[in-house]
Amino acid sequence: MAILLILLLGIIEPPGTPLAKDVPNDEGGKIMLTWQPTPQTDEIDGYDIYRAKEGESFELIGSTDKWTNQFTDTKTQNGIKYQYKIASIKQREILAQSKISEQVKSSGQWFHTGKLNILLGFIIYTAILLWFIFHARAGKEMFVRKIPGLDALDEAVGRATEMGKPILYVPGLSSIADIATIASLNILSRVAKKTAEYNTTLLVPNRNPVVYTVAQAIVKEAYTDAGRPDIYNPDNVYFITGNQFAYVAAVCGTMVREKPATNLFLGYFWAESLILAETGASTGAIQIAGTDSVFQLPFFITTCDYTLIGEELYAASAYLSREPLLMGSLKGQDWGKMTILAILIIGSALMLIGIEQVAALFNI
Amino acid sequence: MKKRIPLLICAVLGIFMIVQFFIPHSLSQRFFDHSFKWYIAIAGFAWILGAGSLIKHHTDRIRRKKKRWYFSIVTLTGLTVMAVLGIFWGIRTGTLFMTFYMNIILPLGAAMYAILAFYMASAAYRAFRARSKEATVLLIAGFVVMLGMVPFGDFIWSKIPEIAEWLLSVPNTAAKRGIIFGVALGSVSTALKIILGIERSWLGGGG
Repeated sequence: MAILLILLLGIIEPPGTPLAKDVPNDEGGKIMLTWQPTPQTDEIDGYDIYRAKEGESFELIGSTDKWTNQFTDTKTQNGIKYQYKIASIKQREILAQSKISEQVKSSGQWFHTGKLNILLGFIIYTAILLWFIFHARAGKEMFVRKIPGLDALDEAVGRATEMGKPILYVPGLSSIADIATIASLNILSRVAKKTAEYNTTLLVPNRNPVVYTVAQAIVKEAYTDAGRPDIYNPDNVYFITGNQFAYVAAVCGTMVREKPATNLFLGYFWAESLILAETGASTGAIQIAGTDSVFQLPFFITTCDYTLIGEELYAASAYLSREPLLMGSLKGQDWGKMTILAILIIGSALMLIGIEQVAALFNI
Repeated sequence: MKKRIPLLICAVLGIFMIVQFFIPHSLSQRFFDHSFKWYIAIAGFAWILGAGSLIKHHTDRIRRKKKRWYFSIVTLTGLTVMAVLGIFWGIRTGTLFMTFYMNIILPLGAAMYAILAFYMASAAYRAFRARSKEATVLLIAGFVVMLGMVPFGDFIWSKIPEIAEWLLSVPNTAAKRGIIFGVALGSVSTALKIILGIERSWLGGGG
């Protein structure tokens, strides 16, 4: 009765004509609607959204509550024209209807405009890197600060050789998709080559089966490259389990039983980092760790003899090989950091003097 | 040729994946989804190799009677029992597989995790010995933060929680962000080096 009265008196104003737009920066199939809400919010329960394909009649495609004045139609076909209208409803009865929107069609975009700042940053950083790499190729001498953890690698391998004990290499617990794991495998290659030259046993327990297969190929290749394929033992690079703490228990068991002279924990680690490093420390092994996980770094710093902090893990391959091209990329990284520092200082200064729009440049 | 083909695949797919990141179009998304499926398929095969490695490693330990070889029998028995239960009777709730998992594997994992508390105490003891200037600063900062986190700190001096909060949100966050910037640039640099074929250590041989 009340609804009938409201209709008769005509006091409910319809919602505004919906503004229909293709959702930007998406793969297509989505149209976004916004509309002016009915002013008499207390008199309605919400809105029904109707859609009509070109040449077809309207059908109900969704509803919103009375406080929401936007809706995304996620079931459109790209290239087909659609029109929309909004109805204010109370107890499932239509009280008022908006005018019909203009025709709109959804489409997928070929460039995400919201990622323009990332693209610019990437281009600038790549240019800096390539510039230094080409300079290095031209034979320019590059200075790189000393990284004690990497300088100690030779000593660590030598110590294990003298003691006749193995070296334990843990390539992190993450998957091959993690860049820290890739950086670790790069270091593994160099360590394996050294152990092959010194005829020292290298144990590589793995948690991830993909990392295990790659690690096995890398170690085998390194032994061949060192001219000692005969002493390569495929059983020394082995898979344990995908379970985090079961893996840790197995590696700790290896440390206690085999008593490796050197433990290398390089890659990505979670809560198990301290268990591994403390067990290693209790066996008296020389320990070198490296990770880009800021949460695990303090544990490694307190329990290991040397720790590669963050980017030092990525720099290891270049540092150990001293190859000009890789050294050039290290220099490029440093200049990349300088650029970020300059942007931070300039950005902070601009914000301080009230030009706050500068922050929007870094939104994604 | 043995190294050129992987390098070429890596370069082409690496460049595709970079370009894909900037293209929201459905074609690009399909390419990404497809690549991910490939990864899952490869990982599936790798699990078979992993299981093979595990069996070989422990069989070898038992055969050669290596130190504490009897633990390998436990491992192989566990692997066989769980595999048989899972394959023939499923892994849903209520199955024997799930009962074993919930009552043996989970508590064992939790026990390992709990050991962390003891290791934290011993690591903290080592870290907090004021043997150098840096260790002394760490000791003082750690002590203030710990005091600031408990009501007793507030009881001693009401400013302690504020100082602890400042230590965490200013110097600590600044250092963390510095590391994160370095890590981000290092990641991009490593990825580019691999895509461009400058870094080849992952192919083995260190060169």
